Amino acid sequence: MHGGGTPPPHRGCADDGRSHRSTGSNIGGNASTEGSNASTDGGDIPRTPHPAGATPVVTRSAQGGTLKLLLWQAPTILNPHLARGSKDYFASRIICEPLASYDQHGTLVPFLAADIPSLGNGDVAADGTWVIWHLKPGVTWSDGRPFTADDVLFTYEFISNPANAATSGAQYDLVEQVEVVDDHTVKVVFKEPNPAWSLPFVGPRGLIIPRPGVAPATTAVSPTQEVAEVGAEAPANPMMVGTGPYRVVSFVPGDTIVYEANPYFREPGKPFFSRVELKGGGDATLAARAVLQTGEVDFAENLQVEAQVLDQLQQTATSGQVITVSRPLVEHILINQTDPNRETSDGERSSTQFPHPFFSDKRVRQAFAYAMDRETIATQLYGANGRPTSNILVEPPIYRSPNTSYEYRLDQAAALLDEAGWVDHDGDGIRDKDGVIMHVLFQTATGSVRQKTQEIVKQSLEAIGVEVELKSIDSAAFFDNDPANPDTYSHFYADLQMFTIPYDSPDPGAYMQGWICDEITQKVNDWSANNVERWCNPAYDALYAQATREMDPEQRRQLFIQMNDLLVEDVALIPLVHRTRVSGVSNSLEGVELTPWDESVWNIQDWRRR
Amino acid sequence: MRPHARSQRPPGPRQLPLPLVSTTLFLFIVLSTLVGPLVVAHPPGTIDFSQATRPPGWEHPFGTNDLGQDMLARVLVGGRVSIGVGLGAMVISTVLGTAVGVVAGFAGGLPDALLMRLADAFLALPHLPLLLLTMMLFRDPATSLFGPEYGPFALVTLVIGGLSWMTVARLVRATALTVREMEFVVAARALGASPIRLIRVHVLPHVLSPVIVAATLSVSSAIVMESTLSFLGLGFPPDTPTWGRLLYHARDFLDIAPHMALFPGLALFLTVLSLTSMGDRLQATLEPRRVPNHRPTKVVEHS
Repeated sequence: MHGGGTPPPHRGCADDGRSHRSTGSNIGGNASTEGSNASTDGGDIPRTPHPAGATPVVTRSAQGGTLKLLLWQAPTILNPHLARGSKDYFASRIICEPLASYDQHGTLVPFLAADIPSLGNGDVAADGTWVIWHLKPGVTWSDGRPFTADDVLFTYEFISNPANAATSGAQYDLVEQVEVVDDHTVKVVFKEPNPAWSLPFVGPRGLIIPRPGVAPATTAVSPTQEVAEVGAEAPANPMMVGTGPYRVVSFVPGDTIVYEANPYFREPGKPFFSRVELKGGGDATLAARAVLQTGEVDFAENLQVEAQVLDQLQQTATSGQVITVSRPLVEHILINQTDPNRETSDGERSSTQFPHPFFSDKRVRQAFAYAMDRETIATQLYGANGRPTSNILVEPPIYRSPNTSYEYRLDQAAALLDEAGWVDHDGDGIRDKDGVIMHVLFQTATGSVRQKTQEIVKQSLEAIGVEVELKSIDSAAFFDNDPANPDTYSHFYADLQMFTIPYDSPDPGAYMQGWICDEITQKVNDWSANNVERWCNPAYDALYAQATREMDPEQRRQLFIQMNDLLVEDVALIPLVHRTRVSGVSNSLEGVELTPWDESVWNIQDWRRR
Repeated sequence: MRPHARSQRPPGPRQLPLPLVSTTLFLFIVLSTLVGPLVVAHPPGTIDFSQATRPPGWEHPFGTNDLGQDMLARVLVGGRVSIGVGLGAMVISTVLGTAVGVVAGFAGGLPDALLMRLADAFLALPHLPLLLLTMMLFRDPATSLFGPEYGPFALVTLVIGGLSWMTVARLVRATALTVREMEFVVAARALGASPIRLIRVHVLPHVLSPVIVAATLSVSSAIVMESTLSFLGLGFPPDTPTWGRLLYHARDFLDIAPHMALFPGLALFLTVLSLTSMGDRLQATLEPRRVPNHRPTKVVEHS
């Protein structure tokens, strides 16, 4: 068994069965018919008809009307490869599509791909060194230009150019090169045998972006470097062009995005709405009320509301309901391995030059792990939508490590701190050592569940003589991608911080890459790398390197479990709660189908009014 | 509010300069926030989920919040912060406003024009965005300067005080302008009194009464402003229970535990009410002629 590499559930399905829906959309994509002036709903006449032809497939049977979405964490950027956090992927996923994406069964569903590569159809190399994707013909960008293999190449160029500081780079690190075979075929060649061939161009981090502003005929000769730098201006151009069902009309970062139906969308009769409004802001409780009780919005995402409040809202819900999907979401506490209070000569804090005064001692980290009351946090604050966990790798379930455990033991924590030499020398109730006071700044994003978790953690830590200062940062600032903003999670100018990093492939390769030494986020990489803890462990790097080459799925699974165990055992981080993603959906909306491996809006072309 | 008929004439000799009820109430609130946390059975921060969202009762007179923390203790400790910010901001705005007003009114000419345009500029600035920006920019420096406990306190107090001196400045300037032209001041000047002495001996005593009134009223507006900041989740660290923060937390639980909002809201309401009432009465006592306009700001605009 070679070549699949991805977990058995997915591979088995991907090889022999594509979903009915995907086959249907494929046919629909080919059947782009003329419908130029038949527009009846909302006047979807393209603003910039392309001279080369590509008549818009104006929607005919759509329902019209406006779909209202609410994200209380407001999106700040539409370029998916510069995204920070799900909010940005959510916003750009409405515009852009990947080649394929995983559904809730772990089956690959083609979007821009005509079919799914497999060993059986010869598109995946038996030795795992390359994969060939066939693209759907007749697909058009929302500005009228045709979609070709060159756009896939550009997407890769954009992501792999360090000047762009792309945040989705981890999925593409193993790619040696992307070759354009013909207009509708791309070949992804890997540096070495790679079992995770389905990481690049799949899921939210695989969204294809168009080669900007260059006529298709000349792109083939454009120097790679130059064009990729043109792409770097993409954030300055918020009007992201995509192949998805809707296209952006206006975008106010951190506030509102208005979309309209993409007249060039390939599936006839879709999308159903003529307009989509994505509002950002407020908080999780307001968002839950807006969809469940007042019916102001049709869909609200990430309702991280206290269990008690959500229960109450559900009981009195009149206009909507709560739907959940088990996503790979682990709310965890990150421990800074570097000193956030010391500045380098050029003003960088949390630099690898200065190790953390007490977290560099493993016993201190272990003590903090013992001081986390996960049971209480999970049951009291998350209720049915979260359970305590000691693992950072939780989905798909076959990767959950049986080797880790957690315990809430303050006596054990205190003993470890004593053993490490951190005792209260000056009698002020706070531990100290060599003149350093054990004071931690614990930051997270604003949100009532998170603030309450902070309070619970603070109470436990203060009980063992650690002084805790809490800080909450507005989520728009905390999950920002601006290198000049010192409050972002990737700057990590604090000792502890808490949040959730979702990953969106059933293959955990790219996710687990986020803890190797080369991924340490620093000023030199504009804080765009993923190892926010600045944790560096050669043993982990060795395991990761081995996993990237291991073609045997079972061996590979074991390696990932070992990596998880190492992270937990060495206390690079403290997993707290395995959350489910809670969304609210209006009773009048149908077609919403969630998947653990992509944003909720992944099938927004099928959303419609009952 | 007082009926107009009575406010037309100066208060009678038997009328107290301060209303008894509201003064007592305010002193009671201040005293209980100072002493209360020392005697309350439960510390404000202790989490106990077995006691979560208990309605008011013998064990917890103000009930508990969703973390099982005692609301009475939190309201009292929150009062310390809120009233502290109110009084601190009042001192800053009064000192600053009096200084600006006296200089502008007494010097006249260019300094007057410059200072008053500055006051206009500050009045025209939208305060809330400015507050938010200042908090974002200076929270870290303030924390490292004064420590996590007092850094935000100093910053919030300074900023609120620094944004509310204009009323006092305008009042003081108007009085100073009048006093400056009075015969006894002219006489004093003719005798060779220095400007400092003129201000100290003649001007300041005359501006005292409008300043006291404005100061009383500014305490309540500072408390409300601090509550707004906390309500927006800014200002103090998330676990500091100010009245605004308590209200902010309670909002999600209005259906389940209305007492979580009731008590901090009531404390805020009573404090502001008693302060406003004290200010009104002070004004009636100290400047009876100006009474029909019960807000000092309006007086200035009319004069």
